[in-house]
Amino acid sequence: MASWKTITRRSFIVLGAAVVGGAAFGAYKVAEVPANPLTPAPGSTPLNPWVIINADGITVIAPRAEMGQGISTTLAALVAEELDVDWEQVRVLHGPPAQAYYNAGFVERMSNEPDYQLSLRENSHNAILAAVPKIFSLQMTGGSTGAIGGFVQMRLAGAGAREALKAAAAKRLGVLPDTLKTEGGKVIGEQTFTYAELAEEAATMVPEDVPLRDPSTWRYIGKTMPRLDMVGKCTGTETFGIDITLPGMKFATVRMNPKRGGAMTSFDPAAALSMPGVDQVVGLGNGIAVIANNTWTAMQAAQLVDVQWGDADYLVDTAAMMTRIEAAFATEPDSRLRDDGEVEAELAKGDRIEAEYRIPFLAHASMEPLNATAWVKPDGAVEVWCGNQAPIMTRDAIASSLRIGSDKVRLHTPVMGGGFGGRTDPVPAVLAARIAAAMPDTPVKLTYSREEDMTQDFYRPAAIARLSGRVENGKATALWGRTAAPSASRNALSRLVGFAPPGPDRATVEGGFDQPYGLPHYRYDGHVADLTVPLGFWRSVGNSMNAFFLESFIDELAHAAKADPLTFRLDLMRDTHGPSATLLETVRDMSDWDSLKRPGFGRGVAYCYSFGTPVAQVLEVQDTPAGIKLTRAWIACDPGLAMDPGIIEAQMTGAVVYGLSAAVQGAITFADQSVVEQNFTNYEPLRMHTTPGFEVKVLQNNGAFGHIGGVGEPGTPPAAPALANALYDLTGTRARSLPLNQLFEFAT
Amino acid sequence: MSFTLSVNGARRQVDLPGDVPLLWALRDGLAMTGTKFGCGVAACGACTVLIDGEAVRSCQVPLADAGGEITTIEGLGQPGALAPLQEAWVKHQVAQCGYCQSGQIMQAASLLAQIPDPTDQDIDDAMQGNLCRCGTYPRIRAAIHEAATMMKAG
Ligand code: FES
Ligand code: FES
Repeated sequence: MASWKTITRRSFIVLGAAVVGGAAFGAYKVAEVPANPLTPAPGSTPLNPWVIINADGITVIAPRAEMGQGISTTLAALVAEELDVDWEQVRVLHGPPAQAYYNAGFVERMSNEPDYQLSLRENSHNAILAAVPKIFSLQMTGGSTGAIGGFVQMRLAGAGAREALKAAAAKRLGVLPDTLKTEGGKVIGEQTFTYAELAEEAATMVPEDVPLRDPSTWRYIGKTMPRLDMVGKCTGTETFGIDITLPGMKFATVRMNPKRGGAMTSFDPAAALSMPGVDQVVGLGNGIAVIANNTWTAMQAAQLVDVQWGDADYLVDTAAMMTRIEAAFATEPDSRLRDDGEVEAELAKGDRIEAEYRIPFLAHASMEPLNATAWVKPDGAVEVWCGNQAPIMTRDAIASSLRIGSDKVRLHTPVMGGGFGGRTDPVPAVLAARIAAAMPDTPVKLTYSREEDMTQDFYRPAAIARLSGRVENGKATALWGRTAAPSASRNALSRLVGFAPPGPDRATVEGGFDQPYGLPHYRYDGHVADLTVPLGFWRSVGNSMNAFFLESFIDELAHAAKADPLTFRLDLMRDTHGPSATLLETVRDMSDWDSLKRPGFGRGVAYCYSFGTPVAQVLEVQDTPAGIKLTRAWIACDPGLAMDPGIIEAQMTGAVVYGLSAAVQGAITFADQSVVEQNFTNYEPLRMHTTPGFEVKVLQNNGAFGHIGGVGEPGTPPAAPALANALYDLTGTRARSLPLNQLFEFAT
Repeated sequence: MSFTLSVNGARRQVDLPGDVPLLWALRDGLAMTGTKFGCGVAACGACTVLIDGEAVRSCQVPLADAGGEITTIEGLGQPGALAPLQEAWVKHQVAQCGYCQSGQIMQAASLLAQIPDPTDQDIDDAMQGNLCRCGTYPRIRAAIHEAATMMKAG
């Protein structure tokens, strides 16, 4: 990615903004164009928060943060498509915190309707909801919404800039803009002008009519584009947050109360301060920071501080927490977002099939540990660098912790070494600012040890589900699912924005209630458990829980019905969602499902529709003398419009590896109110030799034209049940709890 | 304390205590941030560099013992002059978040130096200490095979 430093004096921020409001969001009051947050280079007129033009090329300001999901490349391609520039001319930057970069896609995903029943275009309810994040300043990256939110916004930004550049050239030539064309970063008429030559004038133009390209003429959208961040990431020259280097910088680490939220009753820094290289030990109320001349010394010294911790306000260990979660079944359901037919009457007919499943807490464990760099300036202002998924919220949290105005906080969002939902909380940025306040006018980089990163995370909830079902004549007739879990979204939103939205908690039941299974009697309930451990959004959120429950149970029903599990699903889906049925057929063919089972191998199928994208998977396992091996995985997904097939393939594969890592051996447990697993030694992801081979197909049948499903998360939910179902096929043992290495011996 | 290291062919002086691991001497002492911190306990490989051509976990090598010729990702190739491995990585669009990739590439460099035409089993054996949370393993494997072919062709 480019750096703000390279945006030089002769840079012009070219337009489109006036048009963006009207064309994209109709007549809503909130559709008015937010103020342009970019500080103009001297001599330029900023009009548009998305496109900067200078002699070196085009810089696209990506409103979403890059965590590895490739969103910056896709957003830049949308601009480039309309702007008629060569890909080599394009660079990308993450914008500063500003309301102009709100994420419209985010709220589009918050409705409580199953997505497969919505037509994106017709659903006015959702269109209104889509305006809400602007009001709430949700400049947030998450919910697999980046490409959706950007699809119209970024193309209009490119088209607006293109038309402004044409208008500028037309004025010079004394012709109508319509007579000119654009190509390769130039406006071509009787005379040819480069965009850079026209940028200054174009920045003052407000074109009236900004037509978008006809999809049949797209050159970039729908193609696999070379990622703009690839070379930097393969040469060690990309600057992640953890790599920020500033003159005279000091290095810090933190050691926070492992009993989360508990106070620190006392600390004695003497031993730490005696270590050569240590500058300061800073008390933070519920933890300490050490500032030193290198990070390692800070980490060593932090362990030498003698600290007394107060207790947290939650239960003492995992067993007690699971008992509390179980108790939620006795409470009124928080939600019943699906209730088709007469479930109770149907189940009362007898031959009920019942099962209970349990899953553990999970950590994000991004490869780049949490970190942030802060520099408190002599005038009290603070500059902060922190890879984060919510810049406005982060900026405001820093401001309030230092008791300064938000205008005194300058927040940069460097690219992130993974996020997976784990960089939404502003804690690292706030702590860095507070630590830097202890060393005024000295930049301080805070780096968490892996142990701190893992024990100070906000976890995917543990959950228990009870499912009942009935089959008759080889077909499922009824399914009643009940999930009990503490609410990740209420827990996180109370912490982040100070209140939990009213109404049913979708995250507890998503992936369970909203699947296109045409069961005549289908009910799904959520029971929210009263448990206060720190929770957050983990790649695919509730879908990662309920897909395991539902897809394991559907498999159990299929076996009870003596039906092939893939055909059984297909029969339930054919009439309710054609594109999903096609996906099941696709993985059936890719995996040669109907061929005779090979001895020593097992195969499992699973499916989940989440974030607008249905995904079907088949996973193959093999019994070997060294243990069970995951051999091959076949994935078929259908996001609707596939903006960048190469990136989608990578996201699907990566999301499955993420899901399988958790399924095989991921569990966060608590003892004495503290998280036990602290490093990759006992919270270990899959590795090169334990990861299966992949084949991915990206189909484009879902939704009306222009439907864009998310791609960063939907691959994760089916991974665990596909594996559990494959293990059943191999061994005849049904796994009803995760991780699976409690029950099976895997090759390591 | 002051130590002189040989990094990417240049003599570099670091003023840090001798027990500070090479990883932090590079990152904090020399501002060479291409080498990454992931775990600090030899469990992830993000910190991999070459010492005298051999892949080592720089989080485990005290500065005082880092006597040999050190090669980091910055020394392998640059954006305008990619090493074959990096070219293969770009061709296969391996990186997602990219955070593990410096370590992956350095580990692969050591593998190819020892086994110019590795089998899948060789790749499994050599690369299993390098974690990738984004799950880029299939593309890493493809890129290593590609680099081997490129290097054979010269
Ligand atoms: S940081 Fe050295 S192996 Fe993880
Ligand atoms: S690319 Fe993200 S950890 Fe490997």
